Amino acid sequence: MLRFVLRRLLQMLGVVLALSLLVFFWLRSLPGGPVSALLGERATPERRARMEEALGLDEPLPVQYLRYMQRALRGDFGVSTKVLPGEDALDIFFARLPATIELAFFALAIAILLGIPLGYLAARRRGTALDNTAVIFSLVGVAVPVFFTGFLLKYFFAVEWDLLPVSGRQSTGLDATRVTGLFVLDGIMTREWDAAWDALKHLVLPAVALATIPFAVIFRITRASVLDVLDEDYVRTAEAKGLTARVIRGRHVLRNAMLPVVTTVGLQVGALLGGAILTETVFSIRGIGDALATAFRDKDYPVLQVLIIAAAAIYVLVNLMVDIAYALIDPRIRTR
Amino acid sequence: MSRTRTVATWTTAVLAAAALAGCAESDRDEGSGGSGGSGSGSDATFVFGAAGAPEMFDPFYATDGETFRVTRQMFEGLLGIEPGSAEVVPELATEWTPNEDGTEWTFTLRDDVTFHDGEPFNAEAVCYNFERMFDQNDAGQVAGEYWGYVMGAFANDADNSLYQGCEATGEFEAVVTISGPTSGFPTMLTLESLSMQSPKALEEGDANGIAAEGEGFSFPEYADNPVGTGPFTFGEYDEANGTISLERNDDYWGEAAKVSELVFRVIPDESTRRQELEAGSINGYDLPNPVDWNALEESGNTVEIRDAFNILYMGFNPDTNPQLQDLKVRQALNLAINREQLVQTQLPEGAEVATQFMPKTVSGYNTELAAPEYDPERAQELLAEAGAEGMTLTFAYPTEVSRPYMPDPQKLYEALRTDLEAVGVKVDVKTASWNGGYLDNVTAGKYDAYILGWTGDYDSPFNFIGTFFGNLKENDFGTSAMPWGKQLADDLKAADAIVDEAERSAAFEEINAQIMEDYLPGLPISHSPPALVVGPGVEGVIPSPLTAEEFDSVTVSGE
Repeated sequence: MLRFVLRRLLQMLGVVLALSLLVFFWLRSLPGGPVSALLGERATPERRARMEEALGLDEPLPVQYLRYMQRALRGDFGVSTKVLPGEDALDIFFARLPATIELAFFALAIAILLGIPLGYLAARRRGTALDNTAVIFSLVGVAVPVFFTGFLLKYFFAVEWDLLPVSGRQSTGLDATRVTGLFVLDGIMTREWDAAWDALKHLVLPAVALATIPFAVIFRITRASVLDVLDEDYVRTAEAKGLTARVIRGRHVLRNAMLPVVTTVGLQVGALLGGAILTETVFSIRGIGDALATAFRDKDYPVLQVLIIAAAAIYVLVNLMVDIAYALIDPRIRTR
Repeated sequence: MSRTRTVATWTTAVLAAAALAGCAESDRDEGSGGSGGSGSGSDATFVFGAAGAPEMFDPFYATDGETFRVTRQMFEGLLGIEPGSAEVVPELATEWTPNEDGTEWTFTLRDDVTFHDGEPFNAEAVCYNFERMFDQNDAGQVAGEYWGYVMGAFANDADNSLYQGCEATGEFEAVVTISGPTSGFPTMLTLESLSMQSPKALEEGDANGIAAEGEGFSFPEYADNPVGTGPFTFGEYDEANGTISLERNDDYWGEAAKVSELVFRVIPDESTRRQELEAGSINGYDLPNPVDWNALEESGNTVEIRDAFNILYMGFNPDTNPQLQDLKVRQALNLAINREQLVQTQLPEGAEVATQFMPKTVSGYNTELAAPEYDPERAQELLAEAGAEGMTLTFAYPTEVSRPYMPDPQKLYEALRTDLEAVGVKVDVKTASWNGGYLDNVTAGKYDAYILGWTGDYDSPFNFIGTFFGNLKENDFGTSAMPWGKQLADDLKAADAIVDEAERSAAFEEINAQIMEDYLPGLPISHSPPALVVGPGVEGVIPSPLTAEEFDSVTVSGE
């Protein structure tokens, strides 16, 4: 098991290195660049050239890349040009990470807590009204883009009915202590219940908006997987043996049906990062997604490089965790 | 059956709990600055929705509107702008007088001003500021864009700098020497970047310690802890939450701000800003979509329409398409555009057809010039005379951008393209995103024609037409390829150097007529009034044509 994990970690390092190369050259192959974002309508060729020279963008690309890697090995990933000029790009990543983690965590929790039970139920009650409704709902969930869902949620729950805040992470004027940057957790840790409550309320709508797609995917995989298992001989055998419904459900059906679901949940983390870009923009949440969107629009190379590579590393790491979880659930995998 | 019910009940319970949570405690009662909920009069908070985050807080290195919106409340210049106009008024200086040839300016300063850190404001502080701005290292010279733009150079290239020196001739009298008269001085001192900052704080925060690092600039500590003289002092920038808070300066030399706290909330998405306003959690935001103006007014908000201080134009590049070197071709294109219809259908209420390359509020505007005619038949005749029927025009527009002068570039472009095709011009459509190649391609001359525009920095004709055509070697109109290009650049410089204001204005009016009648380097299209919107109970916002609103006059009261 340990060897398996180590091997995977080494692979991960290779992936990240290769990706750094790709991202670096891909970004610079795109038209435009940070100089346009910095100079706007004032860009004359002369000013442009001076700015490029000052930022070292006039050097040949391989030279730029080598310099970048030299600095990166020392842990210096450059400073932001536009997201927060002068701020260390890596610091921006860490400053923005908590907001995204918090959002993704709540979204995933909603998706799992609704998706798995509903998927199981729909499978058990195949063809009933409940099943059909849930299936239609999941189809709609996948089809409707996040910004539209987000807009509707904000319109009804925040503007029309005044139940929840429109956007942001915490009300202005609330003097909350920051510990981890995870606002809900910070409020609980410091016993500032009003701050925790306020942050939680701010999370409801964006988490629901972000959860729609993973919910739909988890629901459908669970349903399909449970349906498969229900048709298996061993379930019929278990029923014939007269085992209680609880034992059959737990030990036979759910445990076996969960394998593809675990994989799916792992894969959803990547989708969540993608969805977070839109969700964070729509709900003014200053997380990784929002920084990515700004950095991409303004061609903030250092920030883009750090964020893309870090996001990829997270993705690979999550996949590793999924594989480990898989190995724990299914002993056959460990021996391979 | 029972199981279904369990899950259904549980799901409903979760949703109900969430809903109840909201009901139990509405957000509007939480002092979140909503609908002035935080009180009225002197204890009120004004919350403004900003489209982007400020980049830093030292206005000298700043270049973008979102940063200036914040710094404007904390800093003041020697000269100010009359709220609601572009007119220059005294601010930290009460008087300014030039010597005979307009090269030495004596500024009489207010004697009752202190910086936020308690340091006195006096002539020495003024000269310290000028020298600080002038004496920049390599990185600072690139980042200190506005100084470079208006003064031309820094200390290491003093011969080419407009600024030549500053001397404190009394405690409250400073003399600034410039290399030659220009219409831009002293008006340029209204620029946010040239604001006065506390010498002590500049010194202690190593304000000039900017350095190029990798592919960006690292800024000194001072950029996060700015010290000015304005009606608000810096509170904090809560980055994780995207809020910037400023506190009222109770020792302000003028009338103290009406609200005790000013909060800027970063809300990048325009429709979200609108929803926040409707929910009452912010008190206003900038650049509401013209489509929403009526609906916003109907729901009790006030849409403040500013005077247009901008220009949208269609630029030509005669270098890339030699057919454009023929005046007849350019005149034909000018006649082909139905500006009146474009303004009526594509632009917000209050937009106007442009008759020249500057809005009417700028000195040097020529009132004699009529709006260019719309005459597609004559346009076709002219094209035939020039042997350019069915000419192909590589014509470009930018995506992923909205500017005050072009709220929706694509729609404007489509209208222009339709007009051009109607007179037989074949349009080769090109597009790129604003920072993703569009601006690069325009400066590199990759398009025959393109749409672009400009928002004025201050009231100066040279800030408009000087920027467009004053630099012969480097301008987006490729005028160096034209026989009259040099003449135009020289005329502009000569006019700019006239000391007498009336005479100078007349010279610029003359040039404006020449540009439209004899040269036509591009087609001025329109001026659009940018708006801002404030919620119910907000009073005292004075819309500024320069989008330079000062929020010290704002009051917020509960509904």
